[in-house]
Amino acid sequence: MDMHGKLGHDRRRFLALTAAASSAPLLSACGAGFGGGDSKSDGSAADDVTGSFDWRRHKGTTIKALLNKHPYTDALIAELGTFTEKTGIKVEYDVFPEDNYFDKLTVDLSSGRASYDIFMLGAYMVWQYGPPGWLEDLGPWMRNESATGAEWDQSDFLPSLLEGTRWSLKAGEPLGRGGQYALPWGWEANVVAYNTEVFDKLGLRPAESFDELRELAGTIKRKAPGAGFDGMYGVAVRGSRSWATIHPGFMTMFSRYKLKDFTVEGEGLKPAMNSPEAITFTRDWADMVKKGGPPSWTSYTWYQCSSDLGAKKAGMLFDADTAAYFQAVKGASPAAGNIAFHPGPKGPDGSLATNMWIWSLGMNAKSGKKSAAWLFLQWATGKEHLRKGAIEYNHIDPVRKSVSDDAAYRNKMKELPGFIETFEAVQDQTRIQFTPQEQFFDATTSWASALQEIYGGKSAGPVLNGLADDLAPKVG
Amino acid sequence: MDSSTEADHGAASSDDAAVAGAPEKASAAGPGPGAESEPGAGPGSGAPPPGLGAARSVPRWRRTLRPYLLIVPALLLTGGILYPFGLGLYYTVFDFAASKPQPDPVGLENYRRIFTDSSFWDSAWVTVLYAVGAAAVETVLGVAVALLLHRSTLVGRVLEKVLILPLMIAPVIAAIIWKLMLQPSVGVVNHLLRPFGLGGVQWTDTPTGALLSSIAVDVWVYTPFVAILALAGLRSLPTSPFEAAAVDGGSWWFTFRKLTMPMLWPYVLVAVIFRFMDSLKVFDIIYALTEGGPGDSTVVLQIRAYLEAIRFQRYSFGLSYMIVLWAVVYLAAMVLVRYLGRIQNRAAEVPK
Repeated sequence: MDMHGKLGHDRRRFLALTAAASSAPLLSACGAGFGGGDSKSDGSAADDVTGSFDWRRHKGTTIKALLNKHPYTDALIAELGTFTEKTGIKVEYDVFPEDNYFDKLTVDLSSGRASYDIFMLGAYMVWQYGPPGWLEDLGPWMRNESATGAEWDQSDFLPSLLEGTRWSLKAGEPLGRGGQYALPWGWEANVVAYNTEVFDKLGLRPAESFDELRELAGTIKRKAPGAGFDGMYGVAVRGSRSWATIHPGFMTMFSRYKLKDFTVEGEGLKPAMNSPEAITFTRDWADMVKKGGPPSWTSYTWYQCSSDLGAKKAGMLFDADTAAYFQAVKGASPAAGNIAFHPGPKGPDGSLATNMWIWSLGMNAKSGKKSAAWLFLQWATGKEHLRKGAIEYNHIDPVRKSVSDDAAYRNKMKELPGFIETFEAVQDQTRIQFTPQEQFFDATTSWASALQEIYGGKSAGPVLNGLADDLAPKVG
Repeated sequence: MDSSTEADHGAASSDDAAVAGAPEKASAAGPGPGAESEPGAGPGSGAPPPGLGAARSVPRWRRTLRPYLLIVPALLLTGGILYPFGLGLYYTVFDFAASKPQPDPVGLENYRRIFTDSSFWDSAWVTVLYAVGAAAVETVLGVAVALLLHRSTLVGRVLEKVLILPLMIAPVIAAIIWKLMLQPSVGVVNHLLRPFGLGGVQWTDTPTGALLSSIAVDVWVYTPFVAILALAGLRSLPTSPFEAAAVDGGSWWFTFRKLTMPMLWPYVLVAVIFRFMDSLKVFDIIYALTEGGPGDSTVVLQIRAYLEAIRFQRYSFGLSYMIVLWAVVYLAAMVLVRYLGRIQNRAAEVPK
């Protein structure tokens, strides 16, 4: 009996000791900090690379890449053998569909592990990944002649694209200054693509102003189904409750009206998407969707928009040119051969300001194989691969002048009515129209949610004022 | 057969003795294991005759260690759950975010912000609507389906097997399939409704429609779960009360209300508790179907926590949401489980 009691006591003591022992690492782990954040600013690993440039400097190394499922990626993967042959570096890669890609990348980078040396990202992601120190500044690598071959030719990039992926990491400061946190690899301008068949049949012409676009969208929705285009509506634009709803057509038209997402005031930012002009514009945009947009618009991502144009369900598409291009390629969809491009409506003063998406390649600041990863980035954004990708694969919208001027590329793109003309018409005014700031994803997700509410019948003024009130303390 | 039973018995009694008679055994135990074992007591078990002097062959240190070894898996499991939980709880008193990698302690500021934020109360309301709606519909439908399947016809037996199919589909996949089917222009649902003049319904495009559609998908996936538990309950009910009711000429409704339901309720309540807890924590179905839209109409607590912690990288704030959700689920579970205990006691006629 006695023994029993003693044993029971021992067990209790054992449990207490175990609990204490297990809480020790817990507390020390907490005290040891929160992971990440130890970004050192004592020079770049690029400085360690000396001697003459050599593609085979790191032969035998294996690097890991995280890639998004995309036609550009298909071209890259198909050519990986060429890279390995040239450098002796093996590339392992994981591909994720876009819906999960950025969550996977964000979680991976925030964990502070170097599970991937290189990855795809958009210019907006630099605003979220740059400040915590997750992205390697590629500037020192580009400037080091031992690390970078002469044929890479930085001046061949379209300047707006290199600027778009360069930032000082300070909210509100314009792009183009500070570190080069990613390299442009492919880009997308947001323009209008339309179904020539329905335009010819109904005697329509592409809209030159936003008023015309709204009217045109309504006209198509009313008349096209009776003219042999079953279930066709006017214009496909994104509408899901996601940041991705704001940046294509909506932000492009918003910018053509000279409207701003935020204004810089002193040290902070002030939401400006609730200015009286912006309220009018947003209400008109929601109205356009209601009268001429897709049914179930609030579930629309670029996949639905793009496939509706291809399936002859949408008369127009106001989104990335690539979203239309992949439907317009011969044999790709029922509408292929009948898809033409147009710069889209001009702003009141004739502006063709266009928002763009830059598919870029970045390097993990925690990578232990930076020099090999830099060789990969050089090759993937180099003239040779990008030219091949543009001509033999579907890596269109070249980031390099040498490729967009290439006769073979222009010949290929000539088959698509209006593509080259549209590209050239908007090229000079195409840039990132958002104000760079860390809370980009919160701001644009909430903005998309507000747009859905306005579409659902709520008054634009109060909804956008509420949005601005919500965002002000977060960005200010 | 015989010998193995004996061995089991021996093992059990040795365990008892390990506690009760430890001192005398320690002195009596010879160094050679199995020295006193009887033939046929089981290979290598060294089991002594039941009763006195049991487990003499097991060294003392092993006997003393046994209870601790036995709780190791439980301890590991508890630690595995409590460690991240504790860490998460600890993080909530900071302002840890991607933009603040070296956070400052902020006390209960995160919780204060949550409870004073109208979007939290909106989300809480939507979450409760969803959970109550889904659990209620699933219970009613589940019990109804179970009653139908209980008549063991051939059709019933076949349907019973088919019924489990939705449960085998990952909810996120079910939600994506339903999203395609509910799509107004190409979806099959509106195509089938067209002859009835309902071809233009925009399922997930309005706040109410989105919530009801999400609940409908939840019901589609999980009704079989309730049905199967209810069916198992129905099959275990005694037949005599029903026979007595039939002899006395009780109507179907009377029998159902006065006999079936009271006796079945403890089984159904288990299913209800599971479904209610799960629906409070719903993420996959809504995220795949509406992403929380239109507007904020289907942003349940879990989705808001996810957006804050993962998408917007405000770890502490997102975690605080999760802790609040945990507290809600914990309290709801406590109340329901206590209620379940009462019901079960009543069903078993155990006086309090």
